[in-house]
Amino acid sequence: MSVWLLAPLQASVALLLAPGLIGAIRWMKARLQNRRGSPVWQPYLELRKLFAKEVVVSSNASWLFHAAPFIVFGSTVTVTLLVPLLAVPLPFAGAGDLLVVVYLLLLGTFFLALAGLDPGSPFGGMGASREMTVAALAEPTMALAIFALAWGAGSTDLGQIASRILTIPSEALAPGHVLAFAAIFLVTLAETGRLPVDNPGTHLELTMIHEAMVLEYSGRYLALIEWAASLKLLVFFTLLANLFVPWGVAAALTPGALLWSVLTLALKLLALGGAVAVVETHIAKLRLFRVPELLSASFILALLAVTASFLLR
Amino acid sequence: MVSGYAAGAAAALVFGTGALARWASALGAIVGAAAGVALAAGAWVWGAAFVLEAPGLLGPAGGMAFSLDGLGAVFLGLTSLIAAPSALYGAGYSRTWDGRPALRQVGFMLNVFLLTMSLVPLADGALTFLLFWEGMSLSSYFLVLTEADGPDVVEAGQWYLAMTQIGLACLLGAFLLIQSGGPGSFASLRAAAAELPAGTRDAVFALALVGFGGKAGLIPLHVWLPRAHPAAPSHVSALMSGAMIKMGVYGLLRVGLDVLGGGPAWWGALVIGLGALSAVLGILYALTEDDIKRLLAYSSVENIGVIMLGVGAAFLFKSLGMPQAGALALAAALFHAVNHAAFKGLLFLGAGAVLHATGTRDMNHLGGLIRGMPWTAALFLVGSVAIAGLPPLNGFVSEWLLFQSLLPGIGVPSPLVAVLMVLALGMLALTAGLAAACFVKAFGITFLAIPRSPEALAAHEAAWSMRVGMVALAGACLALSVGASVILPLLSAVAVPLVGPAAPAPVFNVGVTLRTPEGFARMSPLLVAAGLGLVVLATWLAVRLFGSRRPLRVGETWGCGRVVQTPRMEYTSTAFAEPLRRIFAAFYRPSEDVSIDFHPESRYFVQSISYRSAIEPWFERYLYAPVIARVRLWSERVLALQSGSVHAYLTYLVAVLVLLLGWLAVTGRR
Repeated sequence: MSVWLLAPLQASVALLLAPGLIGAIRWMKARLQNRRGSPVWQPYLELRKLFAKEVVVSSNASWLFHAAPFIVFGSTVTVTLLVPLLAVPLPFAGAGDLLVVVYLLLLGTFFLALAGLDPGSPFGGMGASREMTVAALAEPTMALAIFALAWGAGSTDLGQIASRILTIPSEALAPGHVLAFAAIFLVTLAETGRLPVDNPGTHLELTMIHEAMVLEYSGRYLALIEWAASLKLLVFFTLLANLFVPWGVAAALTPGALLWSVLTLALKLLALGGAVAVVETHIAKLRLFRVPELLSASFILALLAVTASFLLR
Repeated sequence: MVSGYAAGAAAALVFGTGALARWASALGAIVGAAAGVALAAGAWVWGAAFVLEAPGLLGPAGGMAFSLDGLGAVFLGLTSLIAAPSALYGAGYSRTWDGRPALRQVGFMLNVFLLTMSLVPLADGALTFLLFWEGMSLSSYFLVLTEADGPDVVEAGQWYLAMTQIGLACLLGAFLLIQSGGPGSFASLRAAAAELPAGTRDAVFALALVGFGGKAGLIPLHVWLPRAHPAAPSHVSALMSGAMIKMGVYGLLRVGLDVLGGGPAWWGALVIGLGALSAVLGILYALTEDDIKRLLAYSSVENIGVIMLGVGAAFLFKSLGMPQAGALALAAALFHAVNHAAFKGLLFLGAGAVLHATGTRDMNHLGGLIRGMPWTAALFLVGSVAIAGLPPLNGFVSEWLLFQSLLPGIGVPSPLVAVLMVLALGMLALTAGLAAACFVKAFGITFLAIPRSPEALAAHEAAWSMRVGMVALAGACLALSVGASVILPLLSAVAVPLVGPAAPAPVFNVGVTLRTPEGFARMSPLLVAAGLGLVVLATWLAVRLFGSRRPLRVGETWGCGRVVQTPRMEYTSTAFAEPLRRIFAAFYRPSEDVSIDFHPESRYFVQSISYRSAIEPWFERYLYAPVIARVRLWSERVLALQSGSVHAYLTYLVAVLVLLLGWLAVTGRR
């Protein structure tokens, strides 16, 4: 199979799996809370419904409001071309490393925040302000965790980080590696609007962040934004899964290996989704001004990760 | 180049105060800038050091000499790059002063400013350098005072003048310490510096850091920046922020790396520390600003901090014997300096267009300008994405390189250096995140949502000359990003000789992919930009083809059932920054003052609420206020000497003469 087909293949797998991931987390959460829960494929139905519906746009909105969903969705899909979802020597590996991934996702957040401000609604402004605050505070953790990984692998290249663990399996349990995993896990919760930081399940709370920002969106625009949000969660989970526990990622591009890597990826995503479901069942949402404490904890973890990789090399 | 600027300056004086004068002086500046670009490009392409000796000029003081090497060409290039768009923009912007002497002053001083600033990196020798340095400072001082009748403008000018003269005194001291006589050319300074004792070298470096750091706006010497930049006309702010403060970086590199040839590790550590401090505090101050030009000025402090991180890393790596890492860090810093010139110039021009259209710089009175000024809004958005360090624009590429160049620092065996590098990395990342938040605020509050004042509602688009100036700089932002793999080899060729003897040049794959030395990381700005564009386009097409065909419906923004939405319900600039202000309260120490007027009959009816809030100006209060008070005190004491009597003054003269003669007699000099 041609190497170049791998990129669109990765993007389609990611796009197909992402809503299911959200559905699975919701279902597991419902089960843990003794509810029956909606079926796993519910998000797909929601997307279909949203794409078919009419779009209502605020009379105050400008062209930016119409452009933002495409930029948010587009930047997230571009990321799936760079992340080692299925195979390690990626065709576009030279185009971007881990930093490019992080900043492409920040580009989406940037435009989403602007679109939140655009209709002039107080909710949108509130959401935009808080989203940018959380994003800014999560940034240092992400950078240090990246460098803890890069220091070990000798590169910020995603493929190289994953390949290193494949060749030296004992490195997966090195303290620096484990600490960086914990730090990125906390950042994942913050960046994707999961529970201790934001509540994905409600539009009602005044403490909400992401949902407040996208409150004015409807129809296909909302569908793009929701899809991009689930894709972002999938990208973060993939980073956690395939950079830290890369087994299953195809090293050769045979159909069998690729099928196996899709399967293991789905399993790893389910495991991480289960972890998030457990966390979200056990933990209440933090007050907004307690969130920095969580993020500084993650920063300390990342700092320890770098220190550990420095001391124990 | 000289004749272009000189013609522009003369034209401003000759052609009166009408449209002709505006265009003639702008044309002169554009010709000068084009010549500057050509000169810089020539120095790069042929690598030939352009040399011009003019011993006749100021002969008694040793004559003047000019030469252009790679380092000078970078700074001449970046100055000329934004000089032409700014001058073009100025031709439209200066219409405000038609028929007033201020127009003559702006046209003349702008050309003098551009000329002296372009000659600073050309100067070869202490005297020539200081002469044009001071010319640049003074002409920009007069430009700041263009609207001297405005509020706070004179005060801003005084701060600026005081800081720049303190800086000049330090530079004079630094050059005198290196060589107290002789020709004073950089080559002879280099030779003299090599024989200096370590203590003197440290003193020279410290003086140069204060002198150049003050011009660059490094914290705690930044206080003039947020005052002078908003007071100056906007195209002058663009030049001051985009080009002039970079001369501080140039000077530090010239004296620190070229003349002194680097120094002990603590020099680099100090510069990194000051850079990290400036970056984080600069962006934190920018976040709480409501005045859009002050916000941009503080953001310049941040970007200078980012550049200085790279410069400091270059110093440090050189002293640690890691020339390749040093060359990479220096190339990243130079690239960020060029990039910052492009996007900060663009943003200041955009802010100027807003000021021109609405008459206010306070973002809490703006909003909704994207409808009245679509061009300015789109161009300001480009600048915001670039300065926030987001792909696919140039700010991201240089920040990416800077990240990569700090990485080898973790590999230094000394734990102290490694910790410093890790903290610098964390600060750089925090700065990048906060910058994104800051520019969501700057763009979103100014240009989006409902206009917050009648002036904002009636805003008109900027004149075409202003728009063309901005389009050129926005184009530069994109070109510097996708063309990074062409520009970076040039910059690293400049950086290599500065950081060490025979350093191997960092390999940048000249093609589409940037590759840092030793294959540490790869990135292709061109592919990222192309991929992003294609995917966004494909998404749009797919939604267009397969999505619902039902038309859009326009409705009211949801206000919890409240029907009419007013601008008072919107988030303001102050409100947007509130979460961060609360999180960093230990630093801001915000003071709040709420006073509520109740109805005289009942406390349940509120008549008016006034809310004021301020943050603590640390540096002004604890660093500058005591110094200013001390200077005042001493000035008053010295005042006692000024009796007004001629006899007393004659006595002073005689006393000084006797003292001097006595000193000569004792030391035995003739």
